[in-house]
Amino acid sequence: MLPVAASAATHDELTIGVVQFPATLNPNIDAMAAKNYVLGFVLRPFTVYDADWKLVCLLCTDLPTVENGRAVVTDLPDGRKGVDLTYTIRPDARWADGAPVTTEDVKFTYEVGRNPQSAVSDAELYRRITSIDVKDDKTFTLHFDKLTYDYAAIDDFVLLPAHLERGAFADPAQYRVRTLYATDPTNPGLYDGPYRVSELVPGSHIVLEPNPHWAGPMPPFHRITIRAIENTAALQTNLLSGTVDMVAGEIGLPLDEALAFDKQHGGAFTILYKPGLTFEHVDCNLANPILADRRVREALLAGLDRQAIVASLFAGRQAVADSFVDPLDKGYSNDVPHHPYDPARADRLLENAGWHAQGGGARKNADGQTLSLELATTAGNRSRELVEQVLQSQWKQIGVDVRIHNEPARVLFGETLPHRHFDLAMYAWISAPENVPRSIFRSDEIPSAENAYAGQNLGGYASPEMDRIIDALEVELDPEKRKALWQEAQRLYATDLPSLPLYFRSDAFILPKWLTGLRPTGNQYPSTLWVTDWRAQP
Amino acid sequence: MIRFAAIRLVEIAAMLALMSFVIYGLIGLMPGDPVDLMLTSDPHLSAADVARLKSLYGIDRPLIERYLAWAQMALSGDLGYSRLFSAPVAAALLPRLANSLELLGSSFALAFLLALGLGIAAARHPGSRLDAAINFTAFAGISLPTFWLALILMLIFAQGLGWLPASGMGEAGSGALLDRLRHLVLPVATLTIASLGGYTRYVRAAMRDALGQDHIRTARAKGASELRVVWHHALRSALVPIATILALSFGTLVSGALITEEMFAYPGMGKLIFDAVMGNDYNLALAALLLATAVTMAGNLAADLAYAWLDPRVTYR
Repeated sequence: MLPVAASAATHDELTIGVVQFPATLNPNIDAMAAKNYVLGFVLRPFTVYDADWKLVCLLCTDLPTVENGRAVVTDLPDGRKGVDLTYTIRPDARWADGAPVTTEDVKFTYEVGRNPQSAVSDAELYRRITSIDVKDDKTFTLHFDKLTYDYAAIDDFVLLPAHLERGAFADPAQYRVRTLYATDPTNPGLYDGPYRVSELVPGSHIVLEPNPHWAGPMPPFHRITIRAIENTAALQTNLLSGTVDMVAGEIGLPLDEALAFDKQHGGAFTILYKPGLTFEHVDCNLANPILADRRVREALLAGLDRQAIVASLFAGRQAVADSFVDPLDKGYSNDVPHHPYDPARADRLLENAGWHAQGGGARKNADGQTLSLELATTAGNRSRELVEQVLQSQWKQIGVDVRIHNEPARVLFGETLPHRHFDLAMYAWISAPENVPRSIFRSDEIPSAENAYAGQNLGGYASPEMDRIIDALEVELDPEKRKALWQEAQRLYATDLPSLPLYFRSDAFILPKWLTGLRPTGNQYPSTLWVTDWRAQP
Repeated sequence: MIRFAAIRLVEIAAMLALMSFVIYGLIGLMPGDPVDLMLTSDPHLSAADVARLKSLYGIDRPLIERYLAWAQMALSGDLGYSRLFSAPVAAALLPRLANSLELLGSSFALAFLLALGLGIAAARHPGSRLDAAINFTAFAGISLPTFWLALILMLIFAQGLGWLPASGMGEAGSGALLDRLRHLVLPVATLTIASLGGYTRYVRAAMRDALGQDHIRTARAKGASELRVVWHHALRSALVPIATILALSFGTLVSGALITEEMFAYPGMGKLIFDAVMGNDYNLALAALLLATAVTMAGNLAADLAYAWLDPRVTYR
């Protein structure tokens, strides 16, 4: 058996409580936070953004750069620039059945990703790779048809073990049914991380044990159990009774519940609050003539005391947002129009927009139309419902009548938002470090019947200037010029206000006092990718 | 009797066929589809990905076409594939069904046996302190919200006393019977307490009615012992209305107990049906709901047949 870290002498097992169970462990099928969390223990992506939001290699030896010769800019026949990237797989990387990780796995994963019948959910990366050249068992070159600023990041390229999965892929249309991640998820050969899945009871728990062929730093526990407890009150009781040792921040308690837990039982646990890239905001449907007027949107923002909301409801643990870029992000700029709480300014803006005060009631315009809007969010999300009531009350103070119309997440995200049947909608955008906001702001990403309601630009923001900045951001390699473009994008956003920024959400990690070394990332890459840094103190 | 049972079986088959269409239609008419839901958790999905996945999962076709394809498959014994569980429907459903039968079967049997004793005791001494105490307990059980009761039991026995585990079906990798039983105690207790009151009230009412009938007076006049009067004469009469209640409860054995399962992180049918419906897993939701419908109707048929056995005056032609 593989030795485990010496510090784990007294705590050699760890039980983690989460609120979601993954539908599949196949890294390329379906997208789910719970899956990413579990896979962080058992699979190594080539590249990820770490807790310092720096791109790093996990499965590769070096990140390709133009300077080290692993990235070569190419001229494509149509006049555009492409890029060839050479990666080398870590020489000691092995699947947990002992088979080495090789370029055979790279070629197979590419084959699966490119096949339209294979049910790979996010196939964009595979579409951008035009071909692969294999140098030897460990080194290969990817040929991309576009040169982008983040060219070295191939985090969606998570390897599948060719020696096991090729059989399941014989009929690509049946791959999602036959993949061993679904039919034989405890097969050790499916995992190349520090741990492997040794037991999986759907809907209940997953047990992980060390990968005996792992050559990296020693895994800290003999066994890790991930237990799904969806009810958060029950999850807290499980934590207090010792049935689970910790609650994962990525898929654990909502912040308001974590704060209440902290107040009552915080002394017995280590509680880490990590601000992240989840941008909570209110989308404005710009097809609504009232909201199409920028002055009304600015007035709505000036009428909100976001500092007070964050202080009173979230104990100041979340950062108020001035734009869609997180203050921790490399592209962040503070040089943007700020919109502090200013009811007098909100009043002036609404008067100028033709909405006149009616002696305490909702404002009306010259046609007698009432300034009335509907605000939607996900029903049952207690935190959002609380914030929503504060928004309603603060907007009432400036003469805006807001009616709350909440819907279950599946209705809101499945029907109402994509079909743009809303006035105001409060929800979050989940982003990545330096993530270009193409899907949320570019004018061709407005959902419509033509694009099968697929875009994420739900408010319908159409700005040629923003389109230009987004296109330029994607291909600008010079960090200084890119920073300037990021600043332009944020300034334009804070001026146009296609949505009303609220705050960046924080995750709460509740850990036992004896567990150290866990560093929340605040980005979409789970802390579990660095499980070998975790330590159990005696 | 055989003819009656055969006709009822044909009716059940027809009803299931109709229900399959109704359930499929209702799920299909719900807003959103599996790919829409994927979009909410992966902002990188492009329009091309959406179109490809919708075509792959067959959800870009008209509802009636999808239903007919499903019906054809189901008739050949293939219930399809569960997207949520990444497994064939039967493989996803059967372990959950077994878990639910274990959990709900235990609590159902326990609640019914306790209710029988308490209901009879209360009926035999109407208006007494014992009757009042049993009534009070019954109403308390009926009134307590299940999630609150579950939480209180967890707080006392798992967190406070540390006697029992707070959730799950067993320690990971254990599989020992004793461990499994320990994990069953709190959810079974929750469901038993929650259903005990209702059953006790039914048994008490049925027994009160039976004990006041002429043939009971006759039996007593003939010198039958009190034990024989209660267990042989009165209980047999009382079982006719009780059988109806029990028959209606059969459906819940396979449709699960959503709140209790969620509170104790117990993977049963209630949670499976909820997740399948909310996650637009048509194949799984349909199979699970049809199973619950079939068992409920079979329970009703069993009750009808039991009437004839319990009450000689009932005959079926």
